[in-house]
Amino acid sequence: MTSTHISDWRQAFSRRNLVATLLGGYLPILLAMAIIVLPLVWMAIASFKPAPEIITTQPTLWPLAPTLDNYRHVADTVPLLTVLRNSLIVTIVGSAIKVVLAITTAYALVFVDFRFKSVVFIAVLVALMVPPEAALLPNYMTISALGGRNTLWGIILPGLGTAFGTFLLRQQFKTLPKDLLEAAKLDGAGHLKRLWRIVAPVSAPTIATVALVTIVGEWNNFMWPLIITDSVDMMTLPVGLNLLQSIEGQTGSYGYLMAGAVLVILPVLIVFAALQRFIVSGLTQGAVK
Amino acid sequence: MPTTNPHRRRQRRRDALVFVAFAGPNLLLIAAFIYFPLLSNVYYSTLNWRMGATTATSAGLDNYVRLFTSPQGVEMWRVTITFTVVTVVASMVLGLLVALALNHRIPGVTAGRTAIFSPYVLSGVGVGMVWNFIFDPQLGLLGHVLRAFGARSPEWYLDSDLALVMVMIVYIWKNLGFCAVVFLAGLQSIPSDLIEAARIDRAGAVRRFFKLTLPLLSPTVFFLTVTTILSSMQAFDILKIMTPSGNGTNTIVFELFLQGFGPYQNAGYAAAISVVLFVVLFAITAFQLRFVEKRVHYA
Repeated sequence: MTSTHISDWRQAFSRRNLVATLLGGYLPILLAMAIIVLPLVWMAIASFKPAPEIITTQPTLWPLAPTLDNYRHVADTVPLLTVLRNSLIVTIVGSAIKVVLAITTAYALVFVDFRFKSVVFIAVLVALMVPPEAALLPNYMTISALGGRNTLWGIILPGLGTAFGTFLLRQQFKTLPKDLLEAAKLDGAGHLKRLWRIVAPVSAPTIATVALVTIVGEWNNFMWPLIITDSVDMMTLPVGLNLLQSIEGQTGSYGYLMAGAVLVILPVLIVFAALQRFIVSGLTQGAVK
Repeated sequence: MPTTNPHRRRQRRRDALVFVAFAGPNLLLIAAFIYFPLLSNVYYSTLNWRMGATTATSAGLDNYVRLFTSPQGVEMWRVTITFTVVTVVASMVLGLLVALALNHRIPGVTAGRTAIFSPYVLSGVGVGMVWNFIFDPQLGLLGHVLRAFGARSPEWYLDSDLALVMVMIVYIWKNLGFCAVVFLAGLQSIPSDLIEAARIDRAGAVRRFFKLTLPLLSPTVFFLTVTTILSSMQAFDILKIMTPSGNGTNTIVFELFLQGFGPYQNAGYAAAISVVLFVVLFAITAFQLRFVEKRVHYA
């Protein structure tokens, strides 16, 4: 899809197609791109502007005196390194466990004989249809009772049960040829070996898709960490930024706020730009419940 | 059929153990943090209970009555329905227009698709902060642009109707690319000779679109309608960041948060909202699954 053939160029700009290419293709695409990209560019530029260049009626596009002070100020207001570290731990540990659980559950559902398998699958399917917000209040009670408020495990634990990944991987595992596993079984390979040596490697693209969608979701997750933490040392980045905004919000100190927004947005943008093929397919299929 | 072969029976027991070892932890977590909450919410919703209090009195169905008849409850439904209808219709119409543009075989179109999809994966908190800056009547980009044309910026944050318009614009901005990419996949699955045949028959572009393309896209339209309704009804991050304690922007999930964990601390009422939220969204998804099932079987 990324490579464009010379013939495409020739056809797109031929006399017959020129008007359609420009007015029907490029014009609306560029307009849409401008509307999408402009706010993000404005954010990035403002994060390097000193306060007088933001509190003005005549803003310039480029900072006249670019500065890193905004980032320094964010680090002074919320313990930035701690909050970043919390976000990284929650994202990495949470995603890793979720992906492993999804793989083993999907494997069991497809390749292990069990009498109540269809009941279990329906239970997973129904779980997929439960909006996570509906479980908020009881999960808050459970985690509080277990002493998990203001702890990283308290942030991670309730989200670990995974229906989305299980469902997506089950679909993929079902397409694998049965003889592939029969041969390994005759060679005496147990289930664990069959899973890690055969099923997982040939399903790597789907596993990557599930992993990336999970990672992005964990990094952006806001509502649950917001509820379960109120001590700044245990907050994740989005919750820390929410706090930053309530501290700075009234004073028009948008430079600081844009520096904070860059920190939460930029990592995902980079990952997305590099691996968009997996992420887009995961998000658009994943929506097909 | 029960087997008497001891080898087979041992094998079956071993398989059952493997199944439990592989799927058990995940199922246990799903039971504890997805299924159990559904049940306990039903119980909580019958209580008159302040968040954090150790005692509660029974409220019967009062919380549900309040949810559907009190001014606060009616307002929540008004905002939820307005927000959902506007964001679903606007992101689908705009998404389809963008998809039609992206459907040209022209150089650079892949980069356009990536850029337009990207807001969908970004943190709602970050996006909300960026747009708070843009909508600021004095210092925001939008205000600067309006002043350049001699107009004045509306007071987005003071007027609750404008605040709702504002969060809807941002929500559409974030989700439009998802609709565009799904529509694009739908458009690309339409056989090109069909369109070509209509072109040879001298059917105009508009006629071709309404008589041919749109009917062929109807499964995509249906799918997107359901998924965008589900996600619009679960909107939270942008609403919380742009209007922290609600300002005519209290859709169902935001109200659930404000009632349970915000200034009100009405845990029983929040539980009733949770139950209703679950029932509504579950019904929509079940409806979709049934429909998809049918289509698959009879196609």
